[in-house]
Amino acid sequence: MAEYKMTTPLTDEDIEKLKIGDIVYLSGTIYTARDAAHKRLVDLINEGKELPFDLKGSVIYFVGPTPPKPGEPIGSAGPTTSYRMDSYSPILIEHGQKAMIGKGKRNQAVKDACVKHKAVYFGATGGAGALIAQRIKKAEVIAYPELGPEAIRKLEVEDFPVTVVNDSYGGDLYEEGRKKWAKA
Amino acid sequence: MREIKYEDLVKSVKAMVMHTATHLPEDALNALKKAYEEEESEVAKSVLKQILDNAKLAAEEERPLCQDTGLAVYFVKVGEDVRVVGGSIRDAINEATEQAYKDGYLRASTCDCFDRHNLKDEVGYNLPAVIHFDIVPGDKIDIEYAAKGGGSENVSRATVLAPAQGKEGIKNFVKEVISAAGPNPCPPIIVGVGIGGTFEVAAKSSKHALFREAGSQNPVAELNEFEQEILEELNKLGIGAMGMGGTKTVLAVHIEKNPCHIASLPVSVNVQCHSSRHSHITL
Repeated sequence: MAEYKMTTPLTDEDIEKLKIGDIVYLSGTIYTARDAAHKRLVDLINEGKELPFDLKGSVIYFVGPTPPKPGEPIGSAGPTTSYRMDSYSPILIEHGQKAMIGKGKRNQAVKDACVKHKAVYFGATGGAGALIAQRIKKAEVIAYPELGPEAIRKLEVEDFPVTVVNDSYGGDLYEEGRKKWAKA
Repeated sequence: MREIKYEDLVKSVKAMVMHTATHLPEDALNALKKAYEEEESEVAKSVLKQILDNAKLAAEEERPLCQDTGLAVYFVKVGEDVRVVGGSIRDAINEATEQAYKDGYLRASTCDCFDRHNLKDEVGYNLPAVIHFDIVPGDKIDIEYAAKGGGSENVSRATVLAPAQGKEGIKNFVKEVISAAGPNPCPPIIVGVGIGGTFEVAAKSSKHALFREAGSQNPVAELNEFEQEILEELNKLGIGAMGMGGTKTVLAVHIEKNPCHIASLPVSVNVQCHSSRHSHITL
């Protein structure tokens, strides 16, 4: 298992380095989106319209933060369960998204899209929302403010810690990890 | 008849809700520390360390432990010889919940089932609270509270087994549910098992079982033994902290059992994530 520091947007070369279990410290811009925002992004793609941010090389973080306290960029901001985005992620990956950050299992279609278009799925520690928020330096709602916690936010992050769960070679850390530690 | 002022009830419940969002209770902390010490997988150990660091930071800086600050769930026992003056108990609990979520900068996660919008489109409006009332002898109001997250609720399941399936059937069902859940409910988890009663009684019991102190003994010896047996089985699954693989998937199994119909054996499994935020006050 290797450790990397990477800056967004991510490239094919970045993705090719990554294997399941690797730890990556991400810096730069990442975008937040949950269920409702994903649906809207995919609708825009299907209608041939422009998206609120450039998907190319992008990292999308599945999170619905708590409201910020006065003077702070964001409240607690840990990952939400990712499977709810499974029906949307492959389309976004096909259009240039390079990484997703969440927690929990993805379906085969998402894993296949990661292999076909060179993308990765990162896991962040669920329930570590206060700790993770420290790595978020700026946050700005750039689309769908009416969705509240589900609005799309542009985040500036520094050394945001994530673990590679699905790599671009078809690997799955959840399956491998479990196989290793399961007792018959 | 003893009287409690409406405002006093609101004040106490509000303080409890705000504190619970930022302070992991001792039982959960101790269970996590024990898991950290005993975990054999290095990857899972590092996840457990993050979870413990997060709890420390959240308490010190009074930040929500998790962005999913839950639905507010209460089990309330109202003594027959006490009454609230100036308003209803339900209104007081809802008002306290609303104030706590607003003033504590907690996320309002309640929405309409179909259009998925917050019921008032307001920051902090996390109503209605889920309140289970019971009437008991005495002149006290006893309130158990938990901030219940969605990820662990999503993997929870209930069924009605044939009586012939017995304890073996119950154990297999629990194992099936936790195995299928895998990394999704944010392990290491606490597993509440409600056995018997009718369909809804089993479900409610499985929820209430999560309010018990993690790692405490079940007062019924047979159930205590059954809890340990299931716990051991579940930790063989290898799921580990956040599903990264490891030996500590489950911190505790809590069982509540009720008499049931001669034809049925209802079983419900309610899962609690590692951020087991619960409190208890008696007024």
